[in-house]
Amino acid sequence: MEKMSGARSLMVALEREGVELVFGLPGGANLPIYDELYKSNIRHILVRHEQSAAHMADGFGRVSRRPGVCFATSGPGATNIVTGIATAQADSAPMIAVTGQVPSKMIGRDAFQESDIIGISNPIVKYAFQPQDPAEIPEVVKKAFYISATGRPGPVLIDIPKDVQQNEAEMNFPENIKIRGYHPWVDPDIREIERAIDMLLSAERPIILAGGGVIISGAFAELQSIAELLMIPVVTTFKGKGSFPENHPLSLGPIGMHGHAEANKMMVEADCVLAAGSRFSDRSVGTFEEFEKRLKIIHMDVDPAEIGKNQTTNVAVVGDVKASLRIMVKMLIQKAIKRNGDYPWLKRVKETKEYFKENLKIPDHPLAAAKVLRKLREVLPHQSIVTTEVGQHQMWASLFFDVIQPGTFFSSTGLGTMGWGFPASIGAKAAKPGVPVLDIAGEGSFNMTENSLAVSVLDNLPVIVFVMNNFSLGMVAQWQRTFYNRRMIGIDLKNCPDYVKVAEAYGAQGIRAQSVEEVGNAVKTALKSDVATVIDIPIDPEEDVLPFVAPGTPLKDMILPS
Amino acid sequence: MMWAILSVLVENKPGVLFKVTNLFRARNFNIDSISVGVTENPEFSRMTITTIGDDKQVTQIMKQLDKMIDTIEVKRLDEKMSVYRELVLMKIKVSKPSESMEIMNLANAFQCKVHDVRKSSIMIEITATPDRIDAFEELVKGYGILEIARTGICALPRGGVDES
Repeated sequence: MEKMSGARSLMVALEREGVELVFGLPGGANLPIYDELYKSNIRHILVRHEQSAAHMADGFGRVSRRPGVCFATSGPGATNIVTGIATAQADSAPMIAVTGQVPSKMIGRDAFQESDIIGISNPIVKYAFQPQDPAEIPEVVKKAFYISATGRPGPVLIDIPKDVQQNEAEMNFPENIKIRGYHPWVDPDIREIERAIDMLLSAERPIILAGGGVIISGAFAELQSIAELLMIPVVTTFKGKGSFPENHPLSLGPIGMHGHAEANKMMVEADCVLAAGSRFSDRSVGTFEEFEKRLKIIHMDVDPAEIGKNQTTNVAVVGDVKASLRIMVKMLIQKAIKRNGDYPWLKRVKETKEYFKENLKIPDHPLAAAKVLRKLREVLPHQSIVTTEVGQHQMWASLFFDVIQPGTFFSSTGLGTMGWGFPASIGAKAAKPGVPVLDIAGEGSFNMTENSLAVSVLDNLPVIVFVMNNFSLGMVAQWQRTFYNRRMIGIDLKNCPDYVKVAEAYGAQGIRAQSVEEVGNAVKTALKSDVATVIDIPIDPEEDVLPFVAPGTPLKDMILPS
Repeated sequence: MMWAILSVLVENKPGVLFKVTNLFRARNFNIDSISVGVTENPEFSRMTITTIGDDKQVTQIMKQLDKMIDTIEVKRLDEKMSVYRELVLMKIKVSKPSESMEIMNLANAFQCKVHDVRKSSIMIEITATPDRIDAFEELVKGYGILEIARTGICALPRGGVDES
C-alpha cells in the first residue's frame, strides 16, 4: 500500500501493464494526468486531433495485439475520440481510452467541457469505467486491460473525474482480478470439431472462409495446415484478407461486395464452408438468405453471440479460433486424415482462378488501379505493414494488392472510417518501428486526418502515404454513376490541396508519381527516407471498382468489368 | 412471434439498467415490460424482462445480454414452470353510489385490494397474471378508468425447476 494521487496511480498501473507510449492531447480536465505523465517514463505522442489519437492507439493495438492507449480531455476531447472508439469496436481492436471528466461535484450541472461520455460511448465500447474514488483506479486499469485484450478484443473507456485524478488514496495494485460476469476463455467442444471434420470430408465442394478472427488470434499456421491437409480452397472476408498467403495455390482472396471474382464464384458454388473468426457481415455475404441456401455452415468464433446472428449454422465451435483450429489440426494428424488434391472441386477451383486471371479486364489507363497496386506489391517488402483508408483505393487494395505475409494488412473494415488509415499507420509504426509501414490512401480519406503528418515527422514515426488521387470522393462517385444516373453531387475535390506541397509544409517528403515506373521509384525512395513520404498518384477519376456486388444483392449477381 | 419472459441477474450498480435497455434499443429489440429489484444478495439485482419475438430473436437477445460484462446469468422462463405476476393500481370512476358496490364486488371476485374509496373514484390494487389483469380491466372499463399504473412482470421459476 502506498499513498498517491489517482493520476499517479494511473501511471503506475499503466506501467505495470507494460505501456511504453500513449497517444493523446491534454486539456483542462486531464491536466493532473498529464502532470504525472511528465514525471513518468511513458512516452507521449502529441496528436493534432483526438480522433487520430484513438486511431493511432487502434493501429498500435492491432499490430502489437495488445491494447494501444489514448488520452483525451473531457467534453470535446472525449467526443472527438468517439469515432475512433466505434472503429475499434467494429473491428474488435484492443484499445484503452482514458478521458478526463469534470470534477465529480460538477457532473450533471452542464459544466464547461462536460460531456456524458459514459452514456455516449455505451453502445460502442466493450466496457466503460468511471472511478468515483482514486483508490479504485489500480483495479480499474487492470480490469480494463484484461477486458480489452481477451476474448473478442475491443475498446475500453476509463473516464476519470478531475478530483479523482487529484485526490490521494492508499493504493493497492492487484496482481489478479476476477470479473464474475466475464468469461472470455471457452474450451472448444471437441465433439463439434469432430463433426466439423466429418462434414468437411463428406462435402463435395468444401471451402474455408477465414475472417478477422484468424488475424486477431494469429492462427495463420493452423489455418494453412488445415487447408493443405484437406486441400480445401481458402477465401477470406475483407477483414480476414491476408490471414492466408494470397500467393498460395489454394488462395482465392476476399469474397464480398468487392471480392475477387474467383472467390465470389467459388463461394457461391461451395456446398460446405468452414467459417473461422468471421461474423458474416453483409458486405461479405451479400444477402443473408441467399448465402446460406444449399450451404452447410461450420462456424468457429470466440463470441457466442455471433453464432446464428447472421447465418444459421450446422456446426458451431465456440472458442478462440487459434485454439479450435489447433485442435482440428491435431485430430487430422492423429487420424492421418489427408485429402488428395486431385478431386473434381479443386480442379474446378483452379480452372476458375486461371480463367479470371486471364480474362478479367483491366482498364487501359496507364495508372489503372491494378497496375499501380501490382507495382507497389513488387517493390514493397513482404513484411511491411499496410493499412488503408476507406473508399475505392481500399477496395482496389483488396482486389489487386496481394498480402503474402499473413497479418500485415489492416483496414477499417467494419465501421468504414475515412481518415483511419494514416493515423493507424503511425500507431503501427510505433508498434513495429523496424518494418516499413505504408498507408494505401485515397486523397479524400487522407484529407480527413492529414494533420497527423506533424506527428509522423516530429515523433520520428516515418510512414509512407500512397495516395491514389482521383480528385473526388471516388466510391460515392461510382455509386452516383451506377445507381443515380450520373447525377454527380458532393464528390468533386478539385485537386485541392496539392499533396506534395502539403507533405513539404509539414517537413515530410512529397513525391508526385505519374507513371507506373515513377510509382515504383517513388516507393523505393520513400523506403530509404527517414521522414514520412506522401506519394501523390493522379489516377483516372472515372475508374470504377470492379467486380462489384451491388448492396442488397447476392454474391452470384456479381458485376464483372466489361 | 411469441411472448418471452427473461430473468436476468445483473451486478447491482449504477448504469446497468441503462446498459440493458440501451442494448435492446441498439439491437432493435422490444421491451414489453421490465421490473428490477435487488436480490437476496445485495450485490445483484434481478431484472424480469418480457419481450416479443420469434425463437431466433429471443435467443439472440439472450446471447447479447449474456455477453454484457455486468450480467451474471440470463434465463428464459417457461410460463408453465414459473410463477409470474404483475401488480397494477387502477383508479376507477364512480358516477353513482350503486357503482361503488358493483366495483367492489368485482374487485373481490378478482382478489383485489381496495384502497382509497371516494365519492367519485375507487382505487384498486390487483396482483395477477397479465391475462387476468386484462380480464379485470375489460370488466371495469365501462365505469371509466381514470388512471392506471403497472409494475411490469416479476417472475421466478417454480421450486424444483432450477434445482434439477
